Amino acid sequence: MRLYEYEAKEIASRYGIPVPRGKIARSPDEAFAIASELGSSVVKAQVLVGGRGLAGGVKIASTPGEAREIASKLIGSNIRGVKVDFVLIEEKICVSKELYLSLTVDRATRKPVFLASEMGGVEIEELARKYPSRIQRIYVDPEVGYSEYMSRVVLSALKLPWGIIGELSSIMRAMYKIMVDYDAELVEFNPLAYTCEGKLIALDAKLIIDDNSLHRHPDLQERYGRELSGFERKARELGFSYVELDGDIGVISNGAGLTMATMDSIFFYGGSPANFLDIGGGASRDKVKEAVKLMLSHPRPRVLLVNIFGGITRCDEVALGIVEALKEASSRKPIVVRMLGTNEEEGRKILMEHGIDVYIEMDKAVQAAVDLSRRG
Amino acid sequence: MGILVNSNTKVIVQGITGREGSFHAKLMLDYGTKVIAGTSPGKGGSYVHGVPVYNTIREAIEEQGQADASIVFVPAKFAPDAVYEAIDGNIKLLVVITEGIPLHEEVKFVNYARKHGVVIIGPNTPGIMTVGECKLGIMPAHVFKKGNVGIVSRSGTLTYEVARELSKKGYGVSTVIGLGGDPVTGLDFIDVAELFFKDKETSAIVLIGEIGGDAEERFAKYYYEISSKKPVVAYVAGRTAPPGKRMGHAGAIISMGVGDYDSKRKSLVDAGIPVAETPSQIPKLLDSLLR
Repeated sequence: MRLYEYEAKEIASRYGIPVPRGKIARSPDEAFAIASELGSSVVKAQVLVGGRGLAGGVKIASTPGEAREIASKLIGSNIRGVKVDFVLIEEKICVSKELYLSLTVDRATRKPVFLASEMGGVEIEELARKYPSRIQRIYVDPEVGYSEYMSRVVLSALKLPWGIIGELSSIMRAMYKIMVDYDAELVEFNPLAYTCEGKLIALDAKLIIDDNSLHRHPDLQERYGRELSGFERKARELGFSYVELDGDIGVISNGAGLTMATMDSIFFYGGSPANFLDIGGGASRDKVKEAVKLMLSHPRPRVLLVNIFGGITRCDEVALGIVEALKEASSRKPIVVRMLGTNEEEGRKILMEHGIDVYIEMDKAVQAAVDLSRRG
Repeated sequence: MGILVNSNTKVIVQGITGREGSFHAKLMLDYGTKVIAGTSPGKGGSYVHGVPVYNTIREAIEEQGQADASIVFVPAKFAPDAVYEAIDGNIKLLVVITEGIPLHEEVKFVNYARKHGVVIIGPNTPGIMTVGECKLGIMPAHVFKKGNVGIVSRSGTLTYEVARELSKKGYGVSTVIGLGGDPVTGLDFIDVAELFFKDKETSAIVLIGEIGGDAEERFAKYYYEISSKKPVVAYVAGRTAPPGKRMGHAGAIISMGVGDYDSKRKSLVDAGIPVAETPSQIPKLLDSLLR
């Protein structure tokens, strides 16, 4: 789960990491009041998507009046498809150098790693692609944790003066502590500014918490899923892994890999998947029913494709779930079912009795769904 | 033959009295796996499908002798403890089926295992099976026919789909191994390929990857650089997955500019590894390399 910038900064600040003075504004008048206290300010849309700056979500206001004007434009607007509900108003900082500093988990070494670069302010995506050699990596043994020398490596990579080593070290130590305390996947300051006064300050902050650890942070768990679209939220509440896409073939499958392979096969045969929906292993008929009902109620799909490889999932349970969903749902859409594995004969019989054909081969089922989506 | 497990592998099932543990212990026994003991705190002295249950790994080993491997069905909250108990019990191969273990717990025990020379398969894996000899996992055994193709995968059901396509076209499997769907896993593609390259029974490898991370890219680079190797065919799931979204598996997410489909496909193809567009194309690509 990703936190808002202002939430990440609140946490960073509590751990002693310098951040600009600032407050959240939910209305233009609030923005005016906050900017009046700060003087020259920066107005930043609070959204949980990347590329905010390029999309016009960050603006400088030299007067409180300008801050109000910018806030009135940003609040309620869309940044990369996400609605802006509030903005962060911060004091404007005089920056001499923009740096990049983050802490994440490296999959190759299975260790936490600090990433540091002189090229701050650029999205790490672009940085990794264009200047991979300009990123310094310092791996941390999880048994040992943070050690002082790491800040010296970063200092020299960032070409900062020696006088600032104490400040840098306390920031890195705090980052490590935040990662451990909050079960973070990513603690990122981009940019971390070296100011005109020769200080370090986190101008932007990104904190992503590991979803598997959320139960250990009840205060954060409450906020889980707040950025999701209506269908994504509903699907999560029902216990499905769900991702919204923009095509017209609704996908219901079991297992993350098979669900993705089903989407990809739809694309391969010229169709377009509407979603990713994984019912998980060993789904009951009720769960299957809820999945089918959810996708029947979704306005975009013109056809549903159910692709089940039964291991611990039983095909007869799946079939009963589909039949019940079709009975209960108000909307009708063509449905293509591919089912195989545990209790497949029983499952096929149940569906045949209700006039639903069952495919054995995945390719054939996908092609049938693509044909139906075109006929519409 | 096959890799990591065979008909002599002696196994302890951790969490054997739970619903999943008990169900799959039965299926593993039916397959012929040598399950010598199970553990379940507080349930010591009982039996599950004729397998003696102990409160601790230590007691299990004292009474039944040293185990070669353990399979963990313990819920996420208690799974790290079970892993440490097995490592400290000198068991050298662990299969961690459990899904949903906190990332930093995984980081800690995976590093601990490596320092102690212990192999961890998973977490969040369907397990490992050397066909006809030993099943240490939850995969439906009947889908896998005995043969000379090694399968290494980041997925579960998709692996069964691929195994079925292989069977249809007359290909069997030596060992199938699921790396696990989490960002941090005990083994990666390179570790497993090295074992398959040494295994006399395996003549080709099917690699099933997915978006997220750079394990496929690292494997491609390794494969390109080594001289002694066997043919590899790949499939990568998630071509149509959007960036920044977790596709079911905790590890299946394109983030920080790393892990998209095109990068994986290009790296593999550039290293001389054909990449199938659909699971059903995999046997044809194997034909082109082997027949």
